[in-house]
Amino acid sequence: MGSSGTSPAAAGHQGQAARRDFLYLAAGGFGAVGVGATLWPFIHSMNPAADVLALASTEVDLTPIQQGQRITVTWRGKPVFIDHRTAEQIKSARDVGLQQLPDPQADQKRVKAGKDQWLVVLGVCTHLGCVPLGQKSGESKGEYGGWFCPCHGSHYDMSGRIRKGPAPKNLEVPDFTFTNDTTIRIG
Amino acid sequence: MAKDSAFFSNPTVKWIEHRLPIFSFLDHSLGSQYPTPRNLNYFWNFGSLAGFTLMVMILSGVFLAMNYTPHVDHAFNSVERIMRDVNYGWLIRYIHMNGASMFFIVVFIHIFRGLYFGSYKPPREILWWLGIVILLLMMATAFMGYVLPWGQMSFWGATVITNLFSAIPLVGDKIVTLLWGGFSVDNATLNRFFALHYLLPFVIAGVVVLHIWALHVHGSNNPLGIDTRGPQDTIPFHPYYTIKDAFGLAAFMIFFAFFVFFAPNYLGHPDNYIPANPMVTPAHIVPEWYFLPFYAILRSVTFNILFIDAKLGGVLAMFGSILILFLLPWLDTSRVRSGRFRPVFKVFFWIFVVVCFLLGWVGGQSADASIAGIPLLRIGQFCTFWYFAHFVVILPLLGWFERPRPLPISISQPVLGGGRIALGAAAKPMEKA
Amino acid sequence: MVRMRELVLAGALAFGIAGTAGAAEAPKPPAQSWSFDGIFGTFDRAALQRGYQVYKEVCAGCHALNQIRYRDLGGGTGAAHEPLVGLGFSEAEVKAIAAEYTVMDGPNDDGEMFERPARPADRLRKPFPNEKAARAANNGAYPLDLSLIVDARQDGANYVYALLTGYVDPPPSVQLGEGMHYNAWFAGHQIAMAAPLSDDRVDYADGTKATVSQMAKDVTTFLAWASEPNLEARKALGVKVIAFLIILTGLLYAAKRKVWSSLH
Repeated sequence: MGSSGTSPAAAGHQGQAARRDFLYLAAGGFGAVGVGATLWPFIHSMNPAADVLALASTEVDLTPIQQGQRITVTWRGKPVFIDHRTAEQIKSARDVGLQQLPDPQADQKRVKAGKDQWLVVLGVCTHLGCVPLGQKSGESKGEYGGWFCPCHGSHYDMSGRIRKGPAPKNLEVPDFTFTNDTTIRIG
Repeated sequence: MAKDSAFFSNPTVKWIEHRLPIFSFLDHSLGSQYPTPRNLNYFWNFGSLAGFTLMVMILSGVFLAMNYTPHVDHAFNSVERIMRDVNYGWLIRYIHMNGASMFFIVVFIHIFRGLYFGSYKPPREILWWLGIVILLLMMATAFMGYVLPWGQMSFWGATVITNLFSAIPLVGDKIVTLLWGGFSVDNATLNRFFALHYLLPFVIAGVVVLHIWALHVHGSNNPLGIDTRGPQDTIPFHPYYTIKDAFGLAAFMIFFAFFVFFAPNYLGHPDNYIPANPMVTPAHIVPEWYFLPFYAILRSVTFNILFIDAKLGGVLAMFGSILILFLLPWLDTSRVRSGRFRPVFKVFFWIFVVVCFLLGWVGGQSADASIAGIPLLRIGQFCTFWYFAHFVVILPLLGWFERPRPLPISISQPVLGGGRIALGAAAKPMEKA
Repeated sequence: MVRMRELVLAGALAFGIAGTAGAAEAPKPPAQSWSFDGIFGTFDRAALQRGYQVYKEVCAGCHALNQIRYRDLGGGTGAAHEPLVGLGFSEAEVKAIAAEYTVMDGPNDDGEMFERPARPADRLRKPFPNEKAARAANNGAYPLDLSLIVDARQDGANYVYALLTGYVDPPPSVQLGEGMHYNAWFAGHQIAMAAPLSDDRVDYADGTKATVSQMAKDVTTFLAWASEPNLEARKALGVKVIAFLIILTGLLYAAKRKVWSSLH
């Protein structure tokens, strides 16, 4: 360990200096790696914990929802609107020319193929985050038969798309899949 | 980096320096401009280890606080959630829990170094006092921190120790009610302990700054206990002591890591994994190991002294055992600093160390235990008596009557010509500032 | 006679309470060898699954395990970067296990609480809603929540195993309280719980012979896991960390010697 540590003899001085520097570099490098590796668990502890992740997806049984009925479920702390649409509602959603829409998107792209009657959207207005009305009978559905946000007057249609008002985007469709014909998993 | 080096000619560095001379400040306090005695041994590593441990405790504590709930109905479960669900929560919790023990181990060694080598003697009295203040703040912080998981020992330890304050005459009960925020240790107590536990480490950090400032006025003591006389006795802190401290730190981390990863509950008490139950008292209420000697002193006063009843006497003895350290620079009358040159002091020093360990052992046993027919209470009482006698009787007498060994001439020239000390050339004993 | 019974019941309560508090010193249990001992310790997954079966069929009727969620019984269903240490059941198996039990939820839109099948995220169902109900159903003794029992006792795993296998006939000098049983390893030797294990009490799914010591070993392993599911992650990381630190310490020592060599 201390073999080259005695007085700097003229002959091997350059080589010894290089060996000394390598040692400092190695020690410093190792130390830096250690510091980084130590910081990671602290930072990662701020990522969602296992109990939060366990609630990251919600399963919903669709069988009790009648045609024309809407229910609200909670997913990741936010409301999700599930609408069991009638054939007329789907048709009127699809009869709209895309150029009329502030945020053009075809209704077909907002539902799962073969399950067009099931509309699943986040119940969060894309303007400033209020929960739009329209889920309960008696609540205003706005001028387009979908939902109406009372905060600043945004109107959504039967595909959850923005039609009138300050909201810039359609109601968001979360990631969801049909685990079988009557059950969806959101998230 | 000397003042005239390439670093200080750098334009960016000069721009910063002109506005906030941070680099030359660091250079003067830690760098090539801070002279340190050349003969420090590894016992001088423990100050930097303590500073490092404080930073680890604050870092791990802040991250625990992100997930902890200071309410009696949720505290225990929030800690279990940290252990089970939070990513690496178990690691952060075990670091914090064992870090507290590490902090006390390091600080106790640091203090005993000071006791042996006379680091509390002039001109370092205030440095020593600031250290005792840090120790008291550490004890308050650790006591409150242990309550937070709200286990059986958390609750009952808090109950016993807060009840001690009722021993204060006249206002004792009012003080206890004030501390509790109620009629017993309960939610109000837990919540305020959390607030204060979060606060005090930053107060400690502030006192540490003062402690290091005070140190830098006269520089470190050294194993020989004699003052440095010039550059021949010192070396720049950087790189010599920065690399030595780094090595010491890595070695210390192995010790720390062993406990965190392979014996995380060894220094703790199993009863604290039982949720707090105000209706059920554990068979043996035991504080954490670093409080055991003081617990033993508290329990050894079982008799009244004049108008002071036993309970108050115990409290006074317990706090007195730390407060007496403030008087140490005057109680130790020797004009020689280092124990190296005080052969009789050395013996009594080691007896004192044994007495402290004995007190710790007694503190951990039940109050009515015996060994070989001798009640531990008697051993505790004898050791408590010796503890105070060491400071109040032994040290003053030693200073007056001990004949110290001749001191070396200087740090860089401990012996002249390889032989024993040159005739008549002994260095003066420590000089008053 | 009535007075005697009250006294004995009070005694049983006291022992029950004392038992909860760990009152008298429990004798030091003999050491067993556990798969999770030592710096390279891991949980034997087969033992964990058998132990869970024992807990479920023998203990869960009285003892809660509140800190464990059904999802903890799975394997790898935890946080994205770190698989949860579990028993190795698949996600479907975990869902099925959870669905066997119902938990209280609500209020629903009518303002009423209702029962629904348990989900993986739920905690294991408690046998009694609270401590008082538990005591009322058990002659005043409280069947402890076992989530942390191995951590809450000195030398926990050895203690739990010793206790489960320690039901022996009392020595002639001992007068058993009413409703109490003699146990060689319980503090005070008198325990309110009757011997929970007997040979072939459980029919192991993997065909292992269910002797008392086998079941005690398995359920203790399971309870050790329940007390600290992250034990394996802890030890595995510990080996890496200490190996790294040893190398780092060596490098720094060499660097220290080099720096200081210029001094003499």
